[in-house]
Amino acid sequence: MSVGLLRYAGRRILQAIPLLLGILTLTFLLLHLAPGDPTATYLTDNVSPEVVEQTRERLGLDQPLPVQYARWVTSFATGDFGRSYVGGESEVAELIGAALPNTLLLGLVSLVIIFVVGCWIGVIQAVRQYGISDTTLTIGSLALYSMPGFWLGLMLQIAVSSSWWPDALALPVSGMIDVRSHASMSLLGQGVDVARHLVLPTIGLGLASAAGIARYMRGEMLEVIHQDYIRTARAKGLSERRVIFRHALRNALIPIASLLGLYLPILIGGSVVIEKVFSWPGMGMLLYDSVYARDYPVVMAVTFLFGAIVVAGNLISDLLYAAVDPRIRYE
Amino acid sequence: MSDPARVATAVESRASAIGTSPWTIARRRFLGRRQAMAGLALLVILAVLALLAPAIAPMNPSVDLVNRLRPPSAVHWLGTDDAGYDILRLLLHGARVSLLIGFLSVGIAVTLGTTVGAVAGYAGRWVDAGLMRTVDLFLSVPRLVLLITVAALFGSSISLIVVVLGLTGWMGVARLVRGQVLAVKEREHVLAARALGYRPLRILLRHILPNVLTPVIVAATLGIGNAILAEAALSYLGLGVQPPDTSWGLIIYSGQDRMLDAWWITAFPGIAIVLTVMAFNLVGDGLRDALDPRHVP
Repeated sequence: MSVGLLRYAGRRILQAIPLLLGILTLTFLLLHLAPGDPTATYLTDNVSPEVVEQTRERLGLDQPLPVQYARWVTSFATGDFGRSYVGGESEVAELIGAALPNTLLLGLVSLVIIFVVGCWIGVIQAVRQYGISDTTLTIGSLALYSMPGFWLGLMLQIAVSSSWWPDALALPVSGMIDVRSHASMSLLGQGVDVARHLVLPTIGLGLASAAGIARYMRGEMLEVIHQDYIRTARAKGLSERRVIFRHALRNALIPIASLLGLYLPILIGGSVVIEKVFSWPGMGMLLYDSVYARDYPVVMAVTFLFGAIVVAGNLISDLLYAAVDPRIRYE
Repeated sequence: MSDPARVATAVESRASAIGTSPWTIARRRFLGRRQAMAGLALLVILAVLALLAPAIAPMNPSVDLVNRLRPPSAVHWLGTDDAGYDILRLLLHGARVSLLIGFLSVGIAVTLGTTVGAVAGYAGRWVDAGLMRTVDLFLSVPRLVLLITVAALFGSSISLIVVVLGLTGWMGVARLVRGQVLAVKEREHVLAARALGYRPLRILLRHILPNVLTPVIVAATLGIGNAILAEAALSYLGLGVQPPDTSWGLIIYSGQDRMLDAWWITAFPGIAIVLTVMAFNLVGDGLRDALDPRHVP
């Protein structure tokens, strides 16, 4: 890694700090501008005003807004996300610790699959430009690109649950593990169990994005395979396979690297809905439940982490782009 | 230095004399693309059906329990739902709401994005830096996360969804317009307008913006499809359009409990969404090919 790249990485990380502070401020303002009070959602109607007041005091909601804001920021800076307002007031960090790995697992598996599938389809299309497979894949990927992931998920659930679905291909339609038998399985068995539960959510979350990547990849490959050096490679007598995979694909992949940052928010945002469809116990479900319960600390922490993942994704994608393309200068 | 207005008029009249103004070329290129025309035809049919929905397919005023959960048949082409409502009628009425939300929210996004991008690109320095950091901030929170949070906290209504979709969809347009403005503001006709002492607002509106609008038109067309998808997701979560209004996402939401024995309630609204969003994408792609002289399809 060159000194220039390291310096660029350092500067980008410093730039991310005000962005994260901005996300925190935006969420704080949204929560506090909303009508109503969080205590109303979990204290029943027949609770006396004194108890409500005590609760507000205990949660710090009686403090002026700037004081509450300062407290949030300082505690977030030290990694303390506070306690949930509901559900026995468990530590927010614990709730996130349980949910975040599940969302990351779903998101990262989808990310790998969409890039592999998307690039593969894009290459086939470009190599057979205007052929039957190109036209079919173009229309197919456009349809998938225009499809709501959650609806695709629901259709998959209908298909897998129907009587004509072959038993040999039976797949779980909800949850992350088989709750009855997971604990008694071997380590390998547990891995297979989670992998089987991952299949449908991954398709629902990733297929539309894979179609998007395929559209980009087709364009990039078409641009590359008409370059002079590809003609030279062919003129040297290299096999078509070698020309496509060693010469064309490697160069077409450079701009695709920058899509990583673009697709991360799409996958993370999409996981919120997909997790609901498949009852996947991740950050999306946590956000959904906590927003309904007006559980401020959890909403703040989840939104902040969603933002942080996106910021990190953009950073990684830019660094990757700068690292793989020698023409990029670190400005 | 010549008067830019005179130059523009001269160029235009000469181009129209030989019938090859940039707009004529773009129109011809667009009309020549079969996929784009198919998309446009689909959108026109959909828009007409949606507009005429109350006249051609009025909704039953009350539930029809005798005809509930009927599968697709000659009487009910796309079946009926849990309350006996005809799915095709629901889809036509839902189209009105889904399209309205798509168009209005993109209207807000394009207006806001163009304003922010134009001001940032033209003013430069700290104004540019400040506005672009705001763009970065809004891009950092996934759109659906923000939508869910706002809808759950503030209660949901069609107008709120339109506003929030608009406020979370402008950043791409802002970046696009800023980039274009940065390029166009160095062109000779803009320098000439500055030298003539025109006010910045006039220069922006009369001499810069007309030159940056083509990519915005493409982005807006593609943005409508995205807004329809976002509304569907929000309504599917129960946080979007609320009864008695209906939208495609809401029909899917209402059908999911009956998904296994009445698949048609969830399947058909999804197909309607796919076809509509696909049509917007086809038209958007066609417009990009037609309006961008460098882009050879």
